[in-house]
Amino acid sequence: MTKQVQQLDRVIIRFAGDSGDGMQLAGDRFTQETATFGNDLSTLPNFPAEIRAPAGTLPGVSSFQLHFADHDILTPGDAPDVLVAMNPAALKANLDDVPRGADIIANTDEFTKRNLAKVGYETNPLEDGSLEAYRLHAIPITSVTVKALEDFDVTRKDAERAKNMFALGMLSWLYNRPVEGTIRYLESRFAARPAILAANKAAFQAGWNYGETTEAFSVQYEVKPAALAPGRYRNITGNTALAYGLVAASRRSGLPLFLGSYPITPASDILHELSKLKRFGVRTMQAEDEISGVGAALGASFGGGLGVSTTSGPGMCLKAETIGLAASVELPLVICDIQRAGPSTGMPTKTEQADLLMALFGRNGESPVAIVAPSTPADCFDTAMEAVRIAVKYRTPVIILSDGYLANGSEPWRIPSVDTLPKLRDEFKFASGNVVVDGADGPPFLPFQRDPQTLARPWAIPGTPGLEHRIGGIEKADVSGVISYDPDNHDKMVRLRQAKIDGIASDIAPVEVDDPDGSARVLVLGWGSTYGSIGAAVRRVRTAGGSVAQAHLRHLSPFPANLGDVLRSYDKVLVPEINLGQLALLLRGRYLVDVVSYNRVRGLPFRAAELANVIQDVMSNV
Amino acid sequence: MSEGAANDAEFPEPQHRFSSLTLVPKADEKLATKDFKSDQEVRWCPGCGDYAILAAFQGFLPELEIPRENLVIISGIGCSSRLPYYVNSYGMHSIHGRAPAIATGLAASRPDLSVWVITGDGDALSIGGNHLIHALRRNVNIKILLFNNRIYGLTKGQYSPTSEQGKITKSTPFGSLDTPFNPISLAIGAEAGFVARTIDSDRKHLTSVLRAAADHKGTAFVEIYQNCPIYNDDAFLPITEPGQREQRVVRLEHGEPIRFGSDAAFGLRAGRFGGLAAVPVAETDPGELISHDAHASDPSYAFALSRLDSSDFAHAPIGVFRDVERPSYDEEMSAQIEAARQKQGDGDLADLLTGSDTWQVG
Repeated sequence: MTKQVQQLDRVIIRFAGDSGDGMQLAGDRFTQETATFGNDLSTLPNFPAEIRAPAGTLPGVSSFQLHFADHDILTPGDAPDVLVAMNPAALKANLDDVPRGADIIANTDEFTKRNLAKVGYETNPLEDGSLEAYRLHAIPITSVTVKALEDFDVTRKDAERAKNMFALGMLSWLYNRPVEGTIRYLESRFAARPAILAANKAAFQAGWNYGETTEAFSVQYEVKPAALAPGRYRNITGNTALAYGLVAASRRSGLPLFLGSYPITPASDILHELSKLKRFGVRTMQAEDEISGVGAALGASFGGGLGVSTTSGPGMCLKAETIGLAASVELPLVICDIQRAGPSTGMPTKTEQADLLMALFGRNGESPVAIVAPSTPADCFDTAMEAVRIAVKYRTPVIILSDGYLANGSEPWRIPSVDTLPKLRDEFKFASGNVVVDGADGPPFLPFQRDPQTLARPWAIPGTPGLEHRIGGIEKADVSGVISYDPDNHDKMVRLRQAKIDGIASDIAPVEVDDPDGSARVLVLGWGSTYGSIGAAVRRVRTAGGSVAQAHLRHLSPFPANLGDVLRSYDKVLVPEINLGQLALLLRGRYLVDVVSYNRVRGLPFRAAELANVIQDVMSNV
Repeated sequence: MSEGAANDAEFPEPQHRFSSLTLVPKADEKLATKDFKSDQEVRWCPGCGDYAILAAFQGFLPELEIPRENLVIISGIGCSSRLPYYVNSYGMHSIHGRAPAIATGLAASRPDLSVWVITGDGDALSIGGNHLIHALRRNVNIKILLFNNRIYGLTKGQYSPTSEQGKITKSTPFGSLDTPFNPISLAIGAEAGFVARTIDSDRKHLTSVLRAAADHKGTAFVEIYQNCPIYNDDAFLPITEPGQREQRVVRLEHGEPIRFGSDAAFGLRAGRFGGLAAVPVAETDPGELISHDAHASDPSYAFALSRLDSSDFAHAPIGVFRDVERPSYDEEMSAQIEAARQKQGDGDLADLLTGSDTWQVG
């Protein structure tokens, strides 16, 4: 049967089901098919912290949203055009986000009296007319899958579990996705279990056939490939990009990578990824706690390695003292804080950007460090390399503030050529040994004699003859590095440590403003993962005829040298943040500019439509 | 290095005396105690046991026959943790309790270094207890010297996790309530491969224990009883004072019968429930008397020895309780990297970044 094909420029799909239904996997595979097809895309996985919350309940709902388009896009989208609801809980938890007129694909098999009662439905919404405003496709996904697998050598339970592949097959047909990648994926994943492999492939194929042959869908959609910049692309999540950025930095600096880490959501995937990469000489240590993880990393840095520790907010609290030690002994150290909703345990699987002030100030004493933040999943790669560059050149801790949204979200990444990556090897050198002349030692080694340009102290690693020295957290005398309680020396050292960090400003890119017609009076300034939402909102405003400028910060400590001038050149500066105004506080204090803060702390990225309204409001008040 | 490479077959690298130093270069020249003294003035209280330990340690270091630059000493916080400043090697005086963690990262990534941790009873057993036990089970190639004076000295006299119960201190004017740790029992329970105890006042014994620790590949744990003349003076008097000490000290020498008391009249025999009992040698069947076996793979025996301790020092075992080798963490970590490179080849960055699912635009 030939079906009508309708062209769309973009689609937002949300797969939702019980956390055991395999929705993240279905979403991942659909994303990969979409990437291979050449659409631009952006994803938002959203799952509970509980590994298996009670089946069929609202807290157990796991979802994966994917936005793909024939043009470049910036966010995973505000509202889904299609909701796949594998059970009543998934429908109930997500319906508020679904605009009227959207498609809802529901697995009728799960809409039993018991499951409906679990989430408080008195009548079946698939039958009581309450979904009349939507295009409802009620499909018995479980039973059709089980029937399709009748002749396979699998248990009924395994057959039921393949329903995510059926749903994926159906959606793959509906949006005309290439399927070879998914087949290859299944073949590799279930290589050791041929019966399960055969069942999953058959379920996937059955889903495709179901879409093609039944009356459930009258239309097939097509979203043409996007005109991305020429090059070879892959899809990548923020955590993978960050891990690869660290490995690339290790290769380009010649420093062996050492990761000390304690498992914590949503940072653990970086540990998982790096622990696979032993062929790159990467040493990973799953430490006994957060403190040990960062301590071991600092030990590795002392030994001339690239010491890195990965964590999230609660772990940052525990690492604070060691980061302070690294700032005091002035050794390179990279700390990756994959922020999540706080305080305390907060919402481990939900995103937030409320660790900025902790990163900047959360240690005793004057303890300045450098801070960078990636803006998109793929940007985690470049940001990691930039963090390493600053750490090794200035011998300082550098904190990377990623977050849960960037960590698990993904987007197409134009794979860089290795030759074009920063040559970090040229950014530093180890102090060289003291030459013995005529049997007499040379002049004494001065571990705190600074480079006049960078103010970095020598990185003198054990094993280098003549540079034996002792460092520690006690205040050190300027130049000689010996213990000192001298009041004026302390004042000088406090200022030197700060001046070293401040001086990095002259070594980083100025903040760039996107102000196409040059007539904007309002600037929207963001940092970190809000880049996509802000960019999409700005586009909406511009499409509607408004004039607004956008700028985004990668460097948060120090700020780019031109930031003050940029802020002062606009009538109003709007600063949207997923916190209660942390960057805004810094900007006001530092530049005396009365920025307008916009804050929502829902554990989710901003919606573009919401931000567009906020921008319009600010513009109308100028 | 490169010059020597061709001749390696004819002139094999000189062997180290100590098995923890297998991957550490040998010193070109003979070093002396003075070579390990830094230019910093030693600033402990007069009469502090730390002076004796420092002197014994510096006196021992030339025996390692490694270059000064390949020796690293990492300490935490407390009186003992000032020690790295006084030794002319690489050193880090870090933060409270964390020295084992920092040393682990260093030793795991630099097998060419000899890494020593200096810590105290508060540093290692209280604030840093977690790092200590995990360092011991992990078995990275570090030597941990725990100076146990059973008191907090640097903070001016609060009770420590090894202070005897009922201890009157500034923070416990009515007596401390908690049961102390037995550091040897703790270390054995934490799967330590090398566990020893010595005393600051017995330089010869202290040096012999340092030697044994250096000869252990993996984590070595050495408890050193150390007198604090200011806040806990004479805490170890019963086992240091001539006249008393002969009655109480139980010296452990591998392969030797265990004898103690006047005229070595007492020995040890297996007691009930796996413990050990002190018995008069003359009244015991010689076949039942125990000779010390530091290499016993089952830690129960070493643990039973550690339980001979009592707060009145009726019996105070010193020496190497346990010395059992197993593969060290750093060695295994390097082996995994080597194996991965053998199997998959040296990592290719371009391949990694490309991955398996890509598409071409333009």
